[in-house]
Amino acid sequence: MKVTLWGTRGSIASPGPDTLRYGGNTTCVSVQGSDGTLLVLDAGTGIRNLSQTLSPVLQRVHILLTHLHMDHIEGLPFFSPLNNPGVSVTIFGPASTTLSLKARLMRYLSPPLFPVSVRELLSDLRFYELPSVTIEIGEFSVTSQLVMHYNPTLGYRIQGPNATLTFLPDHNPALGVESFPTSKDWTSGYDLAEGADLLIHDAQYTDEEYQARIGFGHSSMSNAFRFAELAGVKQFVPFHHDPTHSDDMLDRTFEDVCEVMAPQFDVTPAKERMIFEL
Amino acid sequence: MSQKEIEVILSRHLAEYLAMPIFIVDPNGDLVYYNEPAEIVLGHRYVDTGSMPASEWSTIFHPVDLDGKPMQSEEHPLMIAISEQHPAHKRFWIKGLDGNQRQLEVTAIPLIGQAERFLGAIAFFWEVAE
Repeated sequence: MKVTLWGTRGSIASPGPDTLRYGGNTTCVSVQGSDGTLLVLDAGTGIRNLSQTLSPVLQRVHILLTHLHMDHIEGLPFFSPLNNPGVSVTIFGPASTTLSLKARLMRYLSPPLFPVSVRELLSDLRFYELPSVTIEIGEFSVTSQLVMHYNPTLGYRIQGPNATLTFLPDHNPALGVESFPTSKDWTSGYDLAEGADLLIHDAQYTDEEYQARIGFGHSSMSNAFRFAELAGVKQFVPFHHDPTHSDDMLDRTFEDVCEVMAPQFDVTPAKERMIFEL
Repeated sequence: MSQKEIEVILSRHLAEYLAMPIFIVDPNGDLVYYNEPAEIVLGHRYVDTGSMPASEWSTIFHPVDLDGKPMQSEEHPLMIAISEQHPAHKRFWIKGLDGNQRQLEVTAIPLIGQAERFLGAIAFFWEVAE
């Protein structure tokens, strides 16, 4: 599988001279299978750049939303296949007890928040709500599970023919835990991440910032490293960078955290347009 | 190793921060967690026992109803919440490990997760002052 990072930033897009290397677009990752299967993980502002690289003869795409916070859906109406009558688009996302996934997305994709409504889109558009299940999409086996974040949020484990990717962009498994990590069976997201070849995981805050943001649903960098270690992953990609963190600051911070944590796995902080071949 | 569902993990976090005894059982009725105040009722520490089968925890404190008749495990509010998947409430006596009889009120609620997933039940215990 080919994994491409189109948006690595959390909370709000933060373009500018200070974020050129890590990127300013919000969460979006594409996963391309050798059989042509295309998965898009979240639809932050990064999805617009992905659109521009897609083949004009694309027929089918699957968008897997972890949750519906704006930084994960705000690029959706700018994803050009949605307005192409020749394309079948399936949007997966967390279930709700009150409103369908389509109805919840329509709150954003309708006037006055956006000029075009869902029913005006020209693609063959379908919505599919995911609880904790495994589904087959092309060559991929995709497992979803609810994880610890603010509002119901899914994490994904994508098993390809040769490797496993785990995507937990917004996740705080340490919430409510006195000393993290605790046992594996009581750790949010563990089953999704266990032994993954590549873990893309929330590492939004420095340890100092985290103390003032407990309950915001995001991980400190150190706790993200601890989670990766607990899960026994092979490569860890710190992700969902805070919009206030500049490139230079992220360079320094990840260097410091790696020195302190001494991880036994590869660490590759997420940068926009970074590609992983698994 | 099967990780607990997030709703169960969150229920445990809530229980850890509350001062009343709380039990959490899985869909089979097996006790997967009890908090520190519940350790006093049960007479065991969670760190020592870990999870416990339904047959063990439901009889360990010799519950009897208000008429003094021994309660069957299926009469326990937690087991009703599991088997019938609706809330249950009961007042009954237990014999603590210290040998003292205690009258308890127990309210059990099934845990229904997102997408109607049945995840077990949670019970709140309340000691009735005499």
